[in-house]
Amino acid sequence: MTAEPPRPLWCLRGLLVMAGLVSLTLSAGSIAQGAGPTEVASPVESSPQPLMARLLRVIILQDHNTRVVLLGTMMLGMAAGIVGCFTLLRRRALTGDALSHATLPGVGLAFLLAPVFGLEQKSLPVLLMGAAISGTAGVAAILFIRNLPRLKEDAALGIVLSVFFGAGIALLSLVQQLPAGHSAGLESFIYGKTASMTAGDAWLIGIAGVVAAGIPLLLFRPFQLLCFDEGFAASRGYPILGLDFLLMSVVVLVTIIGLQAVGLVLMIALLVIPAASARFWTNRLDRMLALAAISGSLAGLSGSAISAIFPDLPSGAVIVLVCSAIFFFSMTFGQARGVLTRILRRRSLRLAMDREHLLRGIFELSELSAESTMMPDRNPAASIPALLDLRTWTPSQLQRQIRKSVAEGLVWQNADGAIELTGKGRSEAARLVHRHRLWELYLISHADVAASRVDQEADAIEHVLEPELIEQLEELLKREHRGREIPASPHPLESAQRLPLTTSTEHSAVERPATDSAASRGGEES
Amino acid sequence: MTPATIPLSVQDLTVAWHRKPVIWDVQFDVAPGQLVGIIGPNGAGKSTLLKAIMDLVPRTSGRVEIFGGPWKQNRQRVGYVPQRESVDWDFPVSVLDVVTMGLYGRLGWFRPVRKQHREAAQRALERVGMGALAGRQISQLSGGQQQRTFLARALVQDADLYLMDEPFAAVDAATEQAIVEILREMRAAGKTAVVIHHDLHTVADYFDSVVLLNMRVVAQGATSDVFTRENLERTYGGRLTLLEEATEAMRRRERSL
Amino acid sequence: MNLLAQWDWYYDGMIMLAGVLCAVAASLPGNFLVLRRISLLGDAVSHAVLPGIAAAFLITHSRSGFAVLPGAVLAGLLTAVLTEWIRDTGKVDEGASMGVAFTTLFALGLVLIVQAADTVDLDPGCVLYGILEATPLETVTVGALEIPRVVLMLGGVVLINAVFIILFFKELLISSFDPGLATTEGFHARILHYLLMVLVAVTAVASFEAAGNILVVAMFIVPPATAMLLTTRLSRMILLSAAIAALSAVLGHVSALTVPALFGFRSTSTAGMMTLCAGLLFFVTALFSPQTGAIVTWARRQRLAWRILSEDLIALLFRLEERTPGQTVLPGTLSRGLLTSLMLTRIAIARQKLRGYVRTSDQGIQLTEAGRQAAAALVRSHRLWENYLVTEGIHVDGIHRQAETLEHFTDRALRDRLQTQGTLADIDPHGSPIPEETIGPSK
Repeated sequence: MTAEPPRPLWCLRGLLVMAGLVSLTLSAGSIAQGAGPTEVASPVESSPQPLMARLLRVIILQDHNTRVVLLGTMMLGMAAGIVGCFTLLRRRALTGDALSHATLPGVGLAFLLAPVFGLEQKSLPVLLMGAAISGTAGVAAILFIRNLPRLKEDAALGIVLSVFFGAGIALLSLVQQLPAGHSAGLESFIYGKTASMTAGDAWLIGIAGVVAAGIPLLLFRPFQLLCFDEGFAASRGYPILGLDFLLMSVVVLVTIIGLQAVGLVLMIALLVIPAASARFWTNRLDRMLALAAISGSLAGLSGSAISAIFPDLPSGAVIVLVCSAIFFFSMTFGQARGVLTRILRRRSLRLAMDREHLLRGIFELSELSAESTMMPDRNPAASIPALLDLRTWTPSQLQRQIRKSVAEGLVWQNADGAIELTGKGRSEAARLVHRHRLWELYLISHADVAASRVDQEADAIEHVLEPELIEQLEELLKREHRGREIPASPHPLESAQRLPLTTSTEHSAVERPATDSAASRGGEES
Repeated sequence: MTPATIPLSVQDLTVAWHRKPVIWDVQFDVAPGQLVGIIGPNGAGKSTLLKAIMDLVPRTSGRVEIFGGPWKQNRQRVGYVPQRESVDWDFPVSVLDVVTMGLYGRLGWFRPVRKQHREAAQRALERVGMGALAGRQISQLSGGQQQRTFLARALVQDADLYLMDEPFAAVDAATEQAIVEILREMRAAGKTAVVIHHDLHTVADYFDSVVLLNMRVVAQGATSDVFTRENLERTYGGRLTLLEEATEAMRRRERSL
Repeated sequence: MNLLAQWDWYYDGMIMLAGVLCAVAASLPGNFLVLRRISLLGDAVSHAVLPGIAAAFLITHSRSGFAVLPGAVLAGLLTAVLTEWIRDTGKVDEGASMGVAFTTLFALGLVLIVQAADTVDLDPGCVLYGILEATPLETVTVGALEIPRVVLMLGGVVLINAVFIILFFKELLISSFDPGLATTEGFHARILHYLLMVLVAVTAVASFEAAGNILVVAMFIVPPATAMLLTTRLSRMILLSAAIAALSAVLGHVSALTVPALFGFRSTSTAGMMTLCAGLLFFVTALFSPQTGAIVTWARRQRLAWRILSEDLIALLFRLEERTPGQTVLPGTLSRGLLTSLMLTRIAIARQKLRGYVRTSDQGIQLTEAGRQAAAALVRSHRLWENYLVTEGIHVDGIHRQAETLEHFTDRALRDRLQTQGTLADIDPHGSPIPEETIGPSK
């Protein structure tokens, strides 16, 4: 492990700081313009305009309000994307779902109790403070239930989600009875309503988003360890419970700022989907964070833009649908783990394996007969029945593969009806046999570590193993099969003499690398 | 020997996750009435082999025949004993319930469990020395008792071929002995058992033949012929020392006490 | 103040009945969701029925429950299929794939509802928290009885769910406990999974109109989880969960009428209060359940800790007496010897004094005859264990701590066996003599 975090992470941190600054200046500027938080009515809502005009207004960011909304949702998507990566890798993707529902009773209570403390009922900070408190209570409840016997994580999440939400609904139903409650628009916390976002709100989202995304980025190492190997992290003295609590608190923070934009039901989408999409493209956490931040902010941006152009469409839902579109695109085309990549890889593996089986089969069969008949100068050939016998392929499978290899100019059917390798086929077969035997030898001589590294698809063994190791293996092969053009297989051909393998004395003498032999001799027989 | 009498025949079996082969061109036959040990290091694909035999994981290539036919056809004749960790031991069922599950396959859909089935399960429990614990909730069992419960469940299945995934892992000495005795009774009744095993110490003692597996079959045959130091080195790699293995086995047994 | 002033037996009875039926209907399949660790799939499916409902509205222009049922069930099932597909095809973690599937469908549903708004009036809020209070308004006449349509429908769902579980009890059990075994025995775990999902979707759809999504989701999870803490038998767990569900529905409706009145409000959302009541029942169970309750286990652990401390106290007195017979010891010395605070030591002394094992004087503390006997038994256990552990090949350095724990759980019979299987010596590995057996013959 290197001492300093990898570069994309630094870039990400820089990006985050910049985004925070931009959002600060923008919102500060807008407040200076006199656009007070509550005064701005959403123009896209109030004045129906022709589509083209609306489109133009959104694209050139003409409206102050549109700017605010786009910026706010973008920041939200970015923060949620980053935080979501950690919850996803911690296999706690749905924690956010439970916690977002857990914030609702806090909103209701804050509304009911605000006058008692002499606070403004409808002010967003007050409501969000309530949400934060009940969200934290939700975290505590999850931790409590998870530690009960018999019940598992999923039950803990489900219980917190449904019970807190039920309590929230009961409280909101009371709020509706207050004179001020009806117009409070608390409903928008459930479904979200970006259009009503004010500059002050965007400001709040910006700051909270920077904090929420900043905490896991600053504590990158401990969080990475927590997600990757909890046991190891604990053994290194990291406070697992504390880190988990911190992670969940960050989730609560993101959720709270997302309540207004997408609503609590769909908040989980922003936490899960960008992170899951990013996972398809890379196997590295730092890159995954960057990608999730980008796709999250992209979804936030374009989602609220679309909803601004088509005021009919609920913004929260559109943001989520954009997220999903990105997800399914990534799932299909993702470079690291995408479905298409995997299908292509599997297909090429299968094709390569079939081809290799044929060429190697011919080569090894003729190798056997060459040993018995002493005719080493003929090109290797094998009869179709003998080849059929070699593996569990059907005649049509074999024929298909032969046709393919004929087309490639690797084999041809000679006068005896046997399949014979061409010159090109012969060298290719020799290469394949050589590689195969190196792999096998590696399996035997380094069996303790080999299983994790054998890679059949890798066309050349050099791409997987270190040069020194290959040299060592080549040396081993040479020592065993002095004088032969192609190193023989360390195990005999399976179909030719199926079982038992150990009786064939010719092949069983595998020499150990010198360093190991002393140790193994020492431990002989106990 | 006709194919129908060969309990298990594996040909050319390859299983790959992503691009990594887990097992590779595995090929072996199992003769009837034998206790067969599958031996190999961690990550050698032992569990995957058993699962691939039962179509529980997709095969990349190859063929598996059970009593001369595909697994689906002769499913009733195969009993599977999974690893203990594969189930949730907090599940609200009693020991007897778990053992009775072995009979569900024979019962078929909709048919409820009757008294005779419970009695058969009780008899199987007594055979493994757990008759007194039938009513107990499974979370209250020790590791060895859990393994015996699984064994009893396999017994009521009354299969001809048993596939067992590490039945001896972390069990106490008494349970290990009990399992071995049951295995020998099974063999005496003409049944075949393919057992994944870890403790190299006891291999020669327990099994008639072994398959040494490390992604591919390193060797297969009668234990006396195949279970040699040389083959073990080929299976476990040059770094293996029997002494290390033995101390590891000792440590494991101590821990299970 | 009469809190139930507005109570009307028919009106409130029917609301309660609808609530109870909805709760029971959901809790039945919910047991298997909780046992299969897919509790949240209930939540996901019941959110995702929304696009199905909206699409059905768009197509049929009807709000009737039976018209939307097929579309909604299909959408619910689609969640389960989509979740599984994303998990298997994309190799995404189960929770995440569920999150992708249901939010996508729910968002789609919201968009569709907006489109449907021109033709049908459908409030998405209604889907979430329902209007159970409106239950008695729409009735159908069955024979001589006038029954609310909702009650009839939910009654049907309870019946379907109960019949399904009775018929497939064995199959559900095996595929939940050990899916691998179920498949090898010919019950495809996947088929049962989807059958269960159909059930979940039907329940969610049938309830959405009356009780809303929130009540169903809670009843899928909370009552089964509560029952799971109380019993270790599946059949008992299912019955118990249904009873708990019904109880929380009744309590919920009553408290929806009464609790807000205490604070000067009118009644509140019945579904919300039913959910809250289920949550409270769970919380109480989690704290006080006889086997698993957090407080009960805490108390049990405390009692054990006290017992061990008190026993360690007299054992320490015994050892000190061995060195200097007849001496009295000050509490401070004891607390240092026991590695614990002076206050805890004093409480332990008080306990042992109450049992007549020690007596206190100005000079300090001394064992009584009864106390000496009890302490001798403990010290004997300790030293026998040390002997035994040494014969088992454990190094002398490690034996003391193990014996320290084991001594508290060793009775006369075990001591006798230890003696015969140990070294039969009368001194322990550290050279201290093993006291004679002082307690009467073994039980």
